[in-house]
Amino acid sequence: MSQNTLRRVSPLIYVMVLTIMVIFLVPIYMAIITALKNPAEINLATAWHLPSTPYWRSFSEALKLLLPSLQNSLVLTITGTALSALVGSINGFIFSKNRFPGSEVVFTLFLFGMFIPYQIILIPLFQLLRTIGIYGSLSGLILAHVVYGIPITTLIFRNFYDQIPDSIVESARLDGAGFFGLYGRLFLPLSVPGFVVVGIWQFTQIWNEFLWGVTLTKQSSQPVTVGLAQLAGGQAVNWNLPMAGSFLAGFPVLLIYIFLGRYFIRGLLAGSVKE
Amino acid sequence: MVESKKNAVYSILVLLPSVILLLIFVYGFIGNSFYVSLTDWGTGAALRENPVKNFVGLKNYRELFTGAINARFRQDLINAVFYSLFLVVGTLTVGLFLAILLDKGPKGEHVLRTIFLFPMALSFIVTGTIWRWVFSPKGGVNLIPTWFGMERGKFLWLSSREQVLLFNWQNILQIIALILFVIFALVLYSGWKNKKRTQITWGAVLSGVMLFYALVLHNILPPILPYEESHGFSLATIGIIIAAVWQYSGYTMALYLAGLRGLPVAMYESAKMDGAGDLTYYFKIAIPNMWPITLSAIIIISHISLKLFALIFSMAGADNASTGHPSVLMYLVTFRANNFAIGAAISVILFLMAALFIIPYLIQSYRARR
Repeated sequence: MSQNTLRRVSPLIYVMVLTIMVIFLVPIYMAIITALKNPAEINLATAWHLPSTPYWRSFSEALKLLLPSLQNSLVLTITGTALSALVGSINGFIFSKNRFPGSEVVFTLFLFGMFIPYQIILIPLFQLLRTIGIYGSLSGLILAHVVYGIPITTLIFRNFYDQIPDSIVESARLDGAGFFGLYGRLFLPLSVPGFVVVGIWQFTQIWNEFLWGVTLTKQSSQPVTVGLAQLAGGQAVNWNLPMAGSFLAGFPVLLIYIFLGRYFIRGLLAGSVKE
Repeated sequence: MVESKKNAVYSILVLLPSVILLLIFVYGFIGNSFYVSLTDWGTGAALRENPVKNFVGLKNYRELFTGAINARFRQDLINAVFYSLFLVVGTLTVGLFLAILLDKGPKGEHVLRTIFLFPMALSFIVTGTIWRWVFSPKGGVNLIPTWFGMERGKFLWLSSREQVLLFNWQNILQIIALILFVIFALVLYSGWKNKKRTQITWGAVLSGVMLFYALVLHNILPPILPYEESHGFSLATIGIIIAAVWQYSGYTMALYLAGLRGLPVAMYESAKMDGAGDLTYYFKIAIPNMWPITLSAIIIISHISLKLFALIFSMAGADNASTGHPSVLMYLVTFRANNFAIGAAISVILFLMAALFIIPYLIQSYRARR
């Protein structure tokens, strides 16, 4: 409804929306106060209380434990994102502006790969990585992320290029632009917003991924999600550490979400195929 | 003409690497998992790279559904159904409610939208670790009743072994047949109301077959298990369901909010003119008009519900049988117990469950694009 401003919003709406907002923020509140508590101070009776004095050491300790996996995640995510964005861009260009007979069928067959539960490819993937000798290395994980990222990156770029009018393409072609000239000189420079959406999407996906991280890596190549799961999974955990660790592991994507949220949501809605 | 032919050749050549990669990594691997699930992965050679696999047909599947040691798989399958059901109902209800609230235009909509959507950006491992603490015995949720003067809660959110809605696995096919009977009976009813001949025929035949199976055949055929085995809804999954609904309600809210904003203003105004209140407008006009959005939300959320692996892993641990899910069991069986053949069979079942949602969805979107 466009005339929102004209209608008075009843106080009941505010009460309800604020209540739900508070409930939504409860886990974050609990994580913050627990991360800032001295382990000795963490017990059931005072679970909801603020820490008596903020205990910042949780963060430095958690950082020390998670640093190797954070570094792995950074390398993995940046490389994986860059490569899959490049592949997606050229593919999207073809599916949008260079259709050939049967390209819609091929595109649909591409999309299928984005919806499968990844357990179904896990055993052959594990076998293949072992056979070609990159099991347990970061390059194996990067390969998996780039290949299985092809469907979504292609989809987002295709939707993006669909917005560029065909008339521009026609006149560039009349001026003698070939396939690569058209892509390199016209489409690539126009693609910056597309790269931002795809980049953010792939960055969050790869950063957050866990299944491959836990099955295809060794201790030395663990991504941060696996590092955090181990930090939290021990038997007698001091809960301040996993809470601080959650912040460290969630920080990069949260930063992106806060500052570039509208691009993130665009990627999200692209995931529902039709825009 | 020559130019466009050259373009087509370039297109296909540039696309070729992606096509080959997806042919191998998606279609080839799916085929390979199917094949592995029909073998024994070579006896006693679990960790050999290329064991001599013996073809055993559907034995692994029979083991999973009726074997004595695989009771956990059957409970996990039941859990998966409940996870999906509650996640769909939960996210759709909460998301729709939030969308309606925001549609009323409270101030600070941007901030509110950001708050409701941010959990989606986070990894299941991050949110799962936090929720694990919130629901842990020391974590404070059980204190909430004391704020209202009640006794401290005793419920073990993630480790309770209690189950409700118990049923005997021997009757699983009968139960499925009865559910299908109800669905086909509804098809029959709507066909009868709209006077559609073929729909009536199909509805009548299929509901008849299901009823016949449930009431007659089921009692004649030998039971699928030689002994009774009780399964039900595990209460320990409630905490995980809450966390998952929290994480994905923002998504359904965004979908519904876009839908509400897309409805013509005239629709709202004419409803008001006819004396309809807000409730009538939303329930009688807006929601029915957003049926396509609801449908795609159901498909997408059901599909997400099959990917709860990381959330369950981080909230309850992989070994927790009460909160299990086929995806978690697949991990345990394959990578901890090195039983690749059974692991592959579980992954195939998971895949078929997902395909149930994906394939109609992809066909529909393919038709929409053309």
